[in-house]
Amino acid sequence: MTIFSYDFMIRGLLAALFTGLAAPAVGTYLVQRRLALMGDGVGHVAVTGVGLGLLTGQSPVWTAVGVAIVGALLIELIRERGRAGGDVALALIFYGGIAGGVLVTGLAGGSAQTLQTYLFGSITAISPEDVWVVVALAVGVIFVALGLAPQLFAVCQDEEFARAMGLRVRVYNITTSVLAAVTVTVAMRTVGLLLVSALMVVPVATAQQLTRGFKTTILTAMVLGCLTSVGGVATSYYLDVAPGATIVLLALACFMAAWPVGGLVRYRRRLRQPFGEGEGGSMPHTVVPEAHDHAHGEECGHPAVPHADHVDYVHDGHRHAVHGGHYDEH
Amino acid sequence: MSAVITVESGNLAIGRRPVLRGIDFSVQSGEVVAVLGGNGSGKSTLVRGLMRLIKWSSGDIRLFDTPLARFRDWHRVGYVPQQLAATSGVPATVMEVVSSGRLSRRRLLLPMSQADRTAVRDAIATVELTDRRQDAVSQLSGGQQQRVLIARALAGEPELLVLDEPNAGVDHHNQLGLAHALAHFVEAGATIVVVLHELGPLTELIDRVVLLQDGRIAYDGPPVHHTALELVSEHTHAHHRPPSHPDHVPLEAGWQL
Repeated sequence: MTIFSYDFMIRGLLAALFTGLAAPAVGTYLVQRRLALMGDGVGHVAVTGVGLGLLTGQSPVWTAVGVAIVGALLIELIRERGRAGGDVALALIFYGGIAGGVLVTGLAGGSAQTLQTYLFGSITAISPEDVWVVVALAVGVIFVALGLAPQLFAVCQDEEFARAMGLRVRVYNITTSVLAAVTVTVAMRTVGLLLVSALMVVPVATAQQLTRGFKTTILTAMVLGCLTSVGGVATSYYLDVAPGATIVLLALACFMAAWPVGGLVRYRRRLRQPFGEGEGGSMPHTVVPEAHDHAHGEECGHPAVPHADHVDYVHDGHRHAVHGGHYDEH
Repeated sequence: MSAVITVESGNLAIGRRPVLRGIDFSVQSGEVVAVLGGNGSGKSTLVRGLMRLIKWSSGDIRLFDTPLARFRDWHRVGYVPQQLAATSGVPATVMEVVSSGRLSRRRLLLPMSQADRTAVRDAIATVELTDRRQDAVSQLSGGQQQRVLIARALAGEPELLVLDEPNAGVDHHNQLGLAHALAHFVEAGATIVVVLHELGPLTELIDRVVLLQDGRIAYDGPPVHHTALELVSEHTHAHHRPPSHPDHVPLEAGWQL
């Protein structure tokens, strides 16, 4: 029996595919604004939304979207004020959200079991209508996140400059918050509210080990998110383990694999960072005493580092600069 | 000549503490004006106020003859902040950061036009970073990052360039590069307001100096030797009116009780 023989698995894979694309797209903006934990906060608040849905008999997805948006806007308000103690205020929102959710679910007569399907995902229990809601919301999120990318990038990168350019910074900040809230609810059924932040942040952290630019980071993160969530669902089917946890562990494994590579890339970049100019102007002229059995150049293997108007070759802990027919010690 | 910036009796308070008091000054089209002053003199506050990053408490402030509150043509103004906002987080290339300066002229949801691309490429070439355009800005030196910020402002093809201490923490070589890039810009007929700690390599470009001291304009005129400016600032202090009640006596002004 293949994985595609079951309708619920096809629905699960579809939800995973779109969630995996949308979550890192929004996560990139959150990481850029140093709000990596915002997804977590919104996830906690959304628990109350789920509880309200169960209590009122509405679809928990829609009540979760509503409450998550309110929570995300509150977090944005706290961030905008920029007061010291903002992280404490965030913590209060986290705890309030999750405690409220447990309480309201209890009032609704729901068990811990009911809540658990939202906290840790229940990809195999997604109804056909749920899948279309998830796909539609995810497509909307991806469209906004990529379509407004230049503006959102500018605002996340340097908010003051964006304001000085006449961009409506507030509107874009609110957009990012709403995107985060919607993404959390989209990912609620696949990885669950407690692990959603991982799917928003870990692929981004993995991508930026290897990338130098924003565009490549966001696209790489989306591909990684998509691969890990679809791969996670498939793995969980064959190994009969929890899909949400499998997705997150797979994403973390990718990070662990990319991290040493990123470390190496950064190390090599650091070696080639230009040397400072120094204040003096003229340097004492010291000729390298020992003879070279090769000429320093592009092929010699010694790191060539720009130094003012010339290049120094790093040779056994010394900086050798070409000067006429010999090398100078710099 | 038309007025690019006009400030009439501008007062600006931050958190109800008056910072700028009774500012009157204007900048005409094509002028290069340096705003000088010590730490805490309010020179950064002045340009941040002009960029509408801080609210003025009172006064008539105009950009291109339009009251600041109603000014919408932000693409005519290029702002260069003191330093690049924190460079960690998600990496961004020189090209991406400079392109973001073009947004004031771009339409929502449309890709960059040929003119946009040309402007970005030219701005990067002006600050001589063409060979680094695909590198992450976090890999650049402080001086190079400063040049990225200037290119970002130039990418919008502004008529007025406002720079906040572009030479702070920048080595001599890069300061000369800045002077060179700005000279180009001035030749094209643009207007510059630059906040400086000292005139340095930019001296030759400067038409006029505005010296701020303690939130008031202490000198406004042609650049004179720096020590002369210090003397002016040393001897300019405004006396408070004799107070009507004794708890409002400014101690430093030396009123006898």
